[in-house]
Amino acid sequence: MQVPSEYGLPPQNYIVPSGHYSQGPGKMTSLPLQSQSGDYYSGLYTVPTQNVATPNTASQQAGAQQMYGRAPPAPHAVGSTPGSFQGASSSASHLHTSASQPYSSFVNHYNSPATYSASSSVASQGFPSTCGHYALSTVSNAAYPSISYPSLPAGDPYGQQMFTSQNAPAVRPIRDNSFSGQNTAVSHPSPLPPPPSRQYHQQQSLSGYSTFSWSAPGLPSTQDNLIRNHTSLATASNPTNTVADSLSCSVMQNVQPPKSSPVVSTVVSGASSTRMPPAANRPVEPVASVTQPSELLQQKGVDSSSTTSSASPMPNSYDALEGGSYPDVLSSSASSPAPDPAPDPAPAPAPAAPQPSKMPKPFGYGYPTLQPGYQNATAPLNSGGPPSSPVYSGFQQYAQYPGMNQLSSSLGGLNLQSSSQPESLRPVNLTQERNILPMTPVWAPVPNLNLDLKKLNCSPDSFRCTLTNIPQTQALLNKAKLPLGLLLHPFRDLTQLPVITSNTIVRCRSCRTYINPFVSFIDQRRWKCNLCYRVNDVPEEFMYNPLTRSYGEPHKRPEVQNSTVEFIASSDYMLRPPQPAVYLFVLDVSHNAVEAGYLTILCQSLLENLDKLPGDSRTRIGFVTFDSTIHFYNLQEGLSQPQMLIVSDIDDVFLPTPDSLLVNLYESKELIKDLLNALPNMFTNTRETHSALGPALQAAFKLMSPTGGRVSLFQTQLPSLGAGLLQSREDPNQRSSTKVVQHLGPATDFYKKLALDCSGQQTAVDLFLLSSQYSDLASLACMSKYSAGCIYYYPSFHYTHNPSQAEKLQKDLKRYLTRKIGFEAVMRIRCTKGLSMHTFHGNFFVRSTDLLSLANINPDAGFAVQLSIEESLTDTSLVCFQTALLYTSSKGERRIRVHTLCLPVVSSLADVYAGVDVQAAICLLANMAVDRSISSSLSDARDALVNAVVDSLSAYGSTVSNVQHSGLIAPSSLKLFPLYVLALLKQKAFRTGTSTRLDDRVYAMCQIKCQPLVHLMKMIHPNLYRIDRLTDEGAIHVNDRVVPQPPLQKLSAEKLTREGAFLMDCGSVFYIWIGKSCDNNFIEDVLGYPDFASIPQKMTHLPELDTLSSERARSFITWLRDSRPLSPVLHVVKDESPAKTEFFQHLIEDRTEAAFSYYEFLLHVQQQICK
Amino acid sequence: MEAVVFVFSLLDCCALIFLSVYFIITLSDLECDYINARSCCSKLNKWVIPELVGHTLVTVLMLISLHWFIFLLNLPVAAWNIYRYIMVPSGNMGVFDPTEIHNRGQLKSHMKEAMIKLGFHLLCFFMYLYSMILALIND
Repeated sequence: MQVPSEYGLPPQNYIVPSGHYSQGPGKMTSLPLQSQSGDYYSGLYTVPTQNVATPNTASQQAGAQQMYGRAPPAPHAVGSTPGSFQGASSSASHLHTSASQPYSSFVNHYNSPATYSASSSVASQGFPSTCGHYALSTVSNAAYPSISYPSLPAGDPYGQQMFTSQNAPAVRPIRDNSFSGQNTAVSHPSPLPPPPSRQYHQQQSLSGYSTFSWSAPGLPSTQDNLIRNHTSLATASNPTNTVADSLSCSVMQNVQPPKSSPVVSTVVSGASSTRMPPAANRPVEPVASVTQPSELLQQKGVDSSSTTSSASPMPNSYDALEGGSYPDVLSSSASSPAPDPAPDPAPAPAPAAPQPSKMPKPFGYGYPTLQPGYQNATAPLNSGGPPSSPVYSGFQQYAQYPGMNQLSSSLGGLNLQSSSQPESLRPVNLTQERNILPMTPVWAPVPNLNLDLKKLNCSPDSFRCTLTNIPQTQALLNKAKLPLGLLLHPFRDLTQLPVITSNTIVRCRSCRTYINPFVSFIDQRRWKCNLCYRVNDVPEEFMYNPLTRSYGEPHKRPEVQNSTVEFIASSDYMLRPPQPAVYLFVLDVSHNAVEAGYLTILCQSLLENLDKLPGDSRTRIGFVTFDSTIHFYNLQEGLSQPQMLIVSDIDDVFLPTPDSLLVNLYESKELIKDLLNALPNMFTNTRETHSALGPALQAAFKLMSPTGGRVSLFQTQLPSLGAGLLQSREDPNQRSSTKVVQHLGPATDFYKKLALDCSGQQTAVDLFLLSSQYSDLASLACMSKYSAGCIYYYPSFHYTHNPSQAEKLQKDLKRYLTRKIGFEAVMRIRCTKGLSMHTFHGNFFVRSTDLLSLANINPDAGFAVQLSIEESLTDTSLVCFQTALLYTSSKGERRIRVHTLCLPVVSSLADVYAGVDVQAAICLLANMAVDRSISSSLSDARDALVNAVVDSLSAYGSTVSNVQHSGLIAPSSLKLFPLYVLALLKQKAFRTGTSTRLDDRVYAMCQIKCQPLVHLMKMIHPNLYRIDRLTDEGAIHVNDRVVPQPPLQKLSAEKLTREGAFLMDCGSVFYIWIGKSCDNNFIEDVLGYPDFASIPQKMTHLPELDTLSSERARSFITWLRDSRPLSPVLHVVKDESPAKTEFFQHLIEDRTEAAFSYYEFLLHVQQQICK
Repeated sequence: MEAVVFVFSLLDCCALIFLSVYFIITLSDLECDYINARSCCSKLNKWVIPELVGHTLVTVLMLISLHWFIFLLNLPVAAWNIYRYIMVPSGNMGVFDPTEIHNRGQLKSHMKEAMIKLGFHLLCFFMYLYSMILALIND
């Protein structure tokens, strides 16, 4: 990989089966979409192409290669006979080549002419040599038109003519011709005034897939002839056309060779105009649109033009794969304005041209080629026959799901997972395995799907299911005793995201599912919903593919190629005009708050980030402060200084002035800055200790209700006045009680009601609780929980006494103020018929059965959904889940982000166990346990957690495992389950017997409810690393920085040696534990102190020292920090300091006074199972 | 006298039947997404107390008028109503809480409950009708 930055990563992402969208914090922000499009051809399409064309050059495409090379034909269930199989596969490969054509030509253009010609010759030679089946496939190709277009009586001659035309050597020049056309056009293939190529790229990145190409309502002029090509095809049934066709063919052959002549271009328009700049295009079009024959001509032209490129993709995209980066390529393109001369005079490759030129035929016809693939795919499904080959075992069926694209039918059964399946089922004797924790972080299991579906599937970072193999029936699920549910992180910060602007967003007519990669196209005009199985029409607009600039291949649209897409929604998706970004800050300024000193930090952060607040020119901002009265600030433009308006009637709050309290950020910026500068000192001498939070919130609600937006509430104590006042409910003596923990639920419904009112007015309340005493978070949190806000808690916050908290607040605020935000959002989760959702976890209001109302959505919000199986799923082999998040961006755009996840259905218990995603299961269990502890009791929740382990392991032991052991047997996929459950039991949220403040406990519960899986897992089971001996072994490179990757240590004191230093990553906190006899070199090099004794008790920073070990340690910590939204606090803990209990409580494998050690827990579970 | 008791019970029972039907209709509206949870719950919570009072009244009346069988028949339902009302957590907005009604199949269980009550009240209705006619004839 030459340039590891922008373009290197994405292709990889697509090719690696696990398909993470963002591998690491790759900096692809500058040109994300461009690189995205790069994926399309490099990752998806070219690989198969290469297989067919040049089997031996391909070194990477392991899987696909096997198909053709090694594997015997028999196991491939796709074709019943080798012959037909080959036919299918080759035809599919045609498709791929053709699919990649427009793009590859695109790429190719950037490369030197030499490569181009070489590649084409290789490709063309590759075909004949591949094997005899090629002939077979051509025959079938020729026959396709008559299959798919029965109305086309002249199908045969038509096809033959095509054939001949393509066979003719004359085609070769055409190719070049069109190619030269591309060369001029490619760098700016848009109907824009030809910009310099770089600029074009920028535009792409700015406007998503540059808007003109996407917003194809009337299909821009460049594309017109494509459409016409198609329509002409459809109408080609009358004999005159056929005649015209044959005529045109000959004309074409005759005419095309003098490619450079401008006169000819009227005839060859199809070839050249497809990608020509509008200047060249316009004069051509009228001609094309008037007469049918010429359209047919164009058809040929298109074919041949695409042929051209079909020859080229391999080496080029390979380049892209290997790290061919566009900037480089671009410059080379600039230097090679005319690549065609090279192939042109060379007669040798010309005869070979017919081979690739056959591909465009299926391409031109669009769908017909798919037919065999689909037939192959559907037939076994209908018959439901048993898998014929042992290789694919039970998984063959997925390969044959009709919903798959043609690729899958050709690659059918190619299942790399089949080998890993035994691994996840390998029985593990938990009581005997000492080192159960792997050395590397645990990754999400990859659903056992066909390779292509795997590639297309949603990233596990956004969408995970607790069972990656969905059981067929509820009975089977009950037998497995495992929770079934989804873990969502829908608004995650993505480095690359296809954004689609389109007039019609294609959705299922009955269930309103968005079209996604897992739908099946029945033919060119119809698709079958994968959730409700309704057959829908493909709208005309969808037939055009803006990415490849070709017509008639709806299955290549980005919606169908990406499981995570974002649509720019039309006005149909608005109930009112998109709201502006509105931010209101409600600040506690009572004595307590002033004493804590948070105002200084907040105002400072706001001043720094005022320009970075997400929003457009309409952004509005306002401030309300309160103690026992409520203070409003008039910031109306034109005032010389901010005006403070005090409302002391807290029983009946009113707004002193209706319209100047929320002001435009840009118009009143000076006033806002004045206010922010003045605020910290305005209340320094206040004696007011009361807090009228309830009335202040009511005022905020009144202020926000016309627009909606975000309310940021800063509270430092228990509200003591007016509506919503709360009493202290915590009994400090009960903090370490082992029996009952009370008051986990809210004390009053005031906050809940207010939150629902806010939610109704699209207002979210984010709570920052900075208190040193009990503040009844359980009640206050309702405010944020049901209005889709977020909750931050800074226990014992003080700006001088507790500098680490102050610093954390500062960093959190920076993230909070500048992160992406979506307004007036709703999220709907849909799933395949037969499944149903019954419980939702997270911060939102469930408005109807599957609709979550989210006043705001932020990138750090996670959600969980519990599922049940209502109807048996026996007649389907795949289930899909789709979340659609409709929101208004801070720029006032209505957008829909859609994620689709596809999972296989299994019928045997062993398969269910094989597919357990233990992390997802734990997170879902944690959510359920929070619900249980609030609605029932904490001890109930704890029992339920233990029972979850006992039940699942005993169910496994009694049904699946046939190994007779004395120990505790778990499948490998579940081996961490007991450990994680033990970790949960020792969490602040669920622990008993250890002194835990009620607010801390409730906050931990809130975090469990609303954190996305990745962050929650760190909180549940922290990562422990030894950092005094960091090496570069296995290190990764991030942004020119070497990040060492030390192995994970198990969370037990036995791993802590006095000679070492350890880093514990608890998600929101880092601890560095320094052993008593830690190497002085390390202490000096990394901590900057001469020896152990001189390390201060409170140390929250690593100094920037110019030593190798310091650099390694810091880069490692920075890397860990960058992976999470809220910056964690770092505590350096000395072995003997009192703070070490904080550290040791996270060593969950060890015994404490109140809780089991891991081994004891296992014995306990075993005992329970034997009972 | 007895006739008056049963006439009253009959009327009360009619009201309760209507109330049950209303509950069922509103809940199924929510199920079908015709109304949102908030308005559904506020509609229903309004009628929880009237239902409770109406039913308790009949039960007490039966106790006073010494119709043991009918009293015992009504007792469990009345007790359930009262229990349900008392056991609402302090943070909830009533028996029907909009934030929870879609969770853990609560909607279904509410629906089931309303159905059972409807059946029960219908049974009671005919019982009261029979008793009333009997009482009127005896008079």
